[in-house]
Amino acid sequence: MADFIVSLLTGLSSAAAMFLVASGLSIIFGVTRIVNFAHGSFYMLGAYIGYTLVQTIGSTGIGFWTAVLIAAVAVGLIGVVMEILLLRRIYKAPELFQLIATFGVILVIQDVTLWVWGSEDLVGPQAPGLKGAVSILGKPIPEYDLALIAISPLVLVGLWALFKLTRWGTLVRAATQDRQMVAALGVNQRWLFTGVLFLGSALAGLGGAVQIPKGGADLLMDFNILAAAFVVVVVGGMGSILGAFWAALLFGILQTFGIQILPNSTLVLMFLVMAVVLIFRPWGLLGMPESLLQIPSGPPEQPLRPALPRVRALAGAACALLLVLPIVHLVFPEVVGTFTLVLVIEIMVFVLFAAALHFIMGPGGMVSFGHAAYFGGGAYAAALLVKFADAPFELAFWAAPLGGALLAFLFGWFCVRLSGVYFAMLTLAFAQIAWAFVFQDMPGSVLKTFGIADEFGTPLKITGGDDGLNDIWPSPWASTRISYYYITVGLSVAALWIMRRLLYAPFGYTLRAGRDSPLRAAAIGIDLTRHRWLAFAISGAFTGLAGALFLFSKGSIFPTTLEIARSFDALLMVMLGGVQSLFGPIFGAAALTWLNDLFSVLSYWRFLLGVTIIALVLLLPQGLAGFADTRPGRRLRLARPEETGA
Amino acid sequence: MTGAAEARVLELTGVDTFYGRAQILSDVSLEVRRSEVVALLGRNGAGKSTTIKSIIGLVRPAKGEIAFEGKPIQGLEPFQISRLGLGYVPEDRRVFTGLTVAENLEVGRQPRRENAPEWTPDKLFALFPNLAEMSDRLGGLMSGGEQQMLTIARTLMGNPTTMLLDEPSEGLAPVIVEQVAKTILDLKAHGLSILLSEQNLHLSTLVSDRAYIIEKGRIRYEGSMAELAENEEIRAAYLMV
Ligand SMILES: Nc1ncnc2c1ncn2[C@@H]1O[C@H](COP(=O)(O)OP(=O)(O)OP(=O)(O)O)[C@@H](O)[C@H]1O
Ligand SMILES: [Mg+2]
Repeated sequence: MADFIVSLLTGLSSAAAMFLVASGLSIIFGVTRIVNFAHGSFYMLGAYIGYTLVQTIGSTGIGFWTAVLIAAVAVGLIGVVMEILLLRRIYKAPELFQLIATFGVILVIQDVTLWVWGSEDLVGPQAPGLKGAVSILGKPIPEYDLALIAISPLVLVGLWALFKLTRWGTLVRAATQDRQMVAALGVNQRWLFTGVLFLGSALAGLGGAVQIPKGGADLLMDFNILAAAFVVVVVGGMGSILGAFWAALLFGILQTFGIQILPNSTLVLMFLVMAVVLIFRPWGLLGMPESLLQIPSGPPEQPLRPALPRVRALAGAACALLLVLPIVHLVFPEVVGTFTLVLVIEIMVFVLFAAALHFIMGPGGMVSFGHAAYFGGGAYAAALLVKFADAPFELAFWAAPLGGALLAFLFGWFCVRLSGVYFAMLTLAFAQIAWAFVFQDMPGSVLKTFGIADEFGTPLKITGGDDGLNDIWPSPWASTRISYYYITVGLSVAALWIMRRLLYAPFGYTLRAGRDSPLRAAAIGIDLTRHRWLAFAISGAFTGLAGALFLFSKGSIFPTTLEIARSFDALLMVMLGGVQSLFGPIFGAAALTWLNDLFSVLSYWRFLLGVTIIALVLLLPQGLAGFADTRPGRRLRLARPEETGA
Repeated sequence: MTGAAEARVLELTGVDTFYGRAQILSDVSLEVRRSEVVALLGRNGAGKSTTIKSIIGLVRPAKGEIAFEGKPIQGLEPFQISRLGLGYVPEDRRVFTGLTVAENLEVGRQPRRENAPEWTPDKLFALFPNLAEMSDRLGGLMSGGEQQMLTIARTLMGNPTTMLLDEPSEGLAPVIVEQVAKTILDLKAHGLSILLSEQNLHLSTLVSDRAYIIEKGRIRYEGSMAELAENEEIRAAYLMV
């Protein structure tokens, strides 16, 4: 019994940070309709800024809590800066661009944090006055845990009072429902939005700062909390603060008990609980259906049209060039070096990855923020088969698309029921769970709980965790640079062609019909969910294929291939290229792979990339391929002349 | 207030409005004078709501001028236009369903204005007695008629000098329509100028001084309400379904 109480209290205390971050995310989304992906970064900044302040003024109890509060306010102000400089300009932009823009902010904050505080994990000092432990039923409980337990309900009551009892709160609640009407009643929403960004970001900062004594500060905090916060928000119900509160408590408690049963199982447990909740309540515990949330939709997108002859000719020329490149390499090695072939292989891998993502994103309207799960997941499936079953290359290779498809089939079941930002958040959460599975070597931990471990009792290395899996090469016939080049080019061009065929087949038309008018599609008897699910699995298969090509070109695989950053790379490629064109992802992948190559030699390349992304979102909202629709593009006849109305 | 020009509170001149590439309003010109109720009549889809939204700034006209109290307002943001004293009562009511009656009124509250009657919740409850009994009820739990009263009251909390009423009779029972008519006349008596978009000829005849008929985004008729009530031909051409 005592153990149970202790675990319960520990769980409640670990819910605090999760609740603070998730409620901030929910509040910002409620009013601005923007899912702030940089929210995890604000949490991280809260921890780092709090750490520095605590070092300076936190030697007394009052000093410590003042430092925590200042950190929260400082992060709130950073949120305000982001709102004024960036969000204000993109409130009316398509969802995807908003998400991508806030992702740019993540990159910038990562590098700024690295630059200011360095790469070492910081160990937080204990809170003065709360260093001891109290004994509850004979078990010691750290005093600071009790303080954390008190924080969530305090903040909850404070938020309730703010929203219920102040004019500002009333306006915010009204704007959450119908911001246009609020404006028409004479309220300057600009400051309302700015205020909301302040509040939401400050809550994230507070979450980061209060957990310093327990977790300190490190550079992985941003993505780790982001996935957890998404899960909390999805389970609690988007926009519901109370829902976030209960969900955070649920996960906090679950986490403590889960760890006792199965170490490292946090994220997997979250996944299981989320799955159960979503099966019974797709909108979360206290959420409401998305249709009631009045998510504004942009103007209807242009229909997909067959490419113009000029564009087709370009594609043909590119294919021909790809075919002769190795021959040029053999004849004139000084013109086309080995490096070029390697770069082309890499570009083709990402072209395939981006095209597979585009397959569900453009025509299907499903913006997946976690596609690296199928890329890396597929690659790991193949690699494990080679490592543990000695499977030959020819067999193991195909395990990747199969693995990608199966994983997408599993995750997709939950995701395709949702749309818009829910879909995006859920895909991201799943991807982070898949990443944790590999990174923490879950299979090894599981085997250990069944008593299977090495002679020292340490878990067996299955996925290899951080070290990844190495020495996985194609069969000799395929392993020369040139033969692998042809394999990559051949398979990816074939895959692109198949996807294109699918999109122009009835299947593709159905998908698009579902994207543009889900209700009408449902009314004429199309089982949209089935179609979306199937499309998701197909996309997973092609993404897995890209993963296989990647794996055998590198000879090794690391958890980084499943990282959120990798998912964003793919998104970025699609966005750069323009979502509404089939050639878009191809341009985008080529451009970004090249850019990455260019930037990665620089230190602080993330900062540069982040700034580039933000600039692109602000300047080129149609993507690179959207260039075809601009005046210079039209002059080159890459797009149809504008159809003017009568 | 001597000349007609000075008495003009709201004036649209040659307004064109588009949704995407579709032109909805073509060369719409109309005016509302002080303490006057002007009806804007037209069938479904004629462009009544679009005209009103163009005035309040919820859609941007591509061409033309809109002047309020002699000052151009096209291009301003809705909140700026509203703060000049132009109150907007939307069609389909748009009450904040998650807020109580009192909170709905609070959202509409703006500082008092010199040339307009000042409204408080108490005064509004006197004007709409049935709202008084439910000031703690959620907007979403009210009947259509109650919601309509609430939207009008909410807009009045901004102490407007001029009101834009978009189809206040829509979906209401005849008795409630009578009540709306009485309210409009009350407001007129308070000195407010009103532009009323309507399909309900009965209501418009009861309250309006002048009328415009809009069809396919063009003004087809302009004249006094009494004249229009007499003119069977025009009504048959533009208003009968
Ligand atoms: N957001 C929009 N996007 C595109 N077209 C629109 C939009 N809103 C209205 N329209 C079109 O503009 C035209 C005029 O609409 P409007 O709402 O002004 O008509 P109305 O006279 O108010 O009709 P009702 O009596 O039905 O309210 C209609 O053909 C309508 O389909
Ligand atoms: Mg209308």
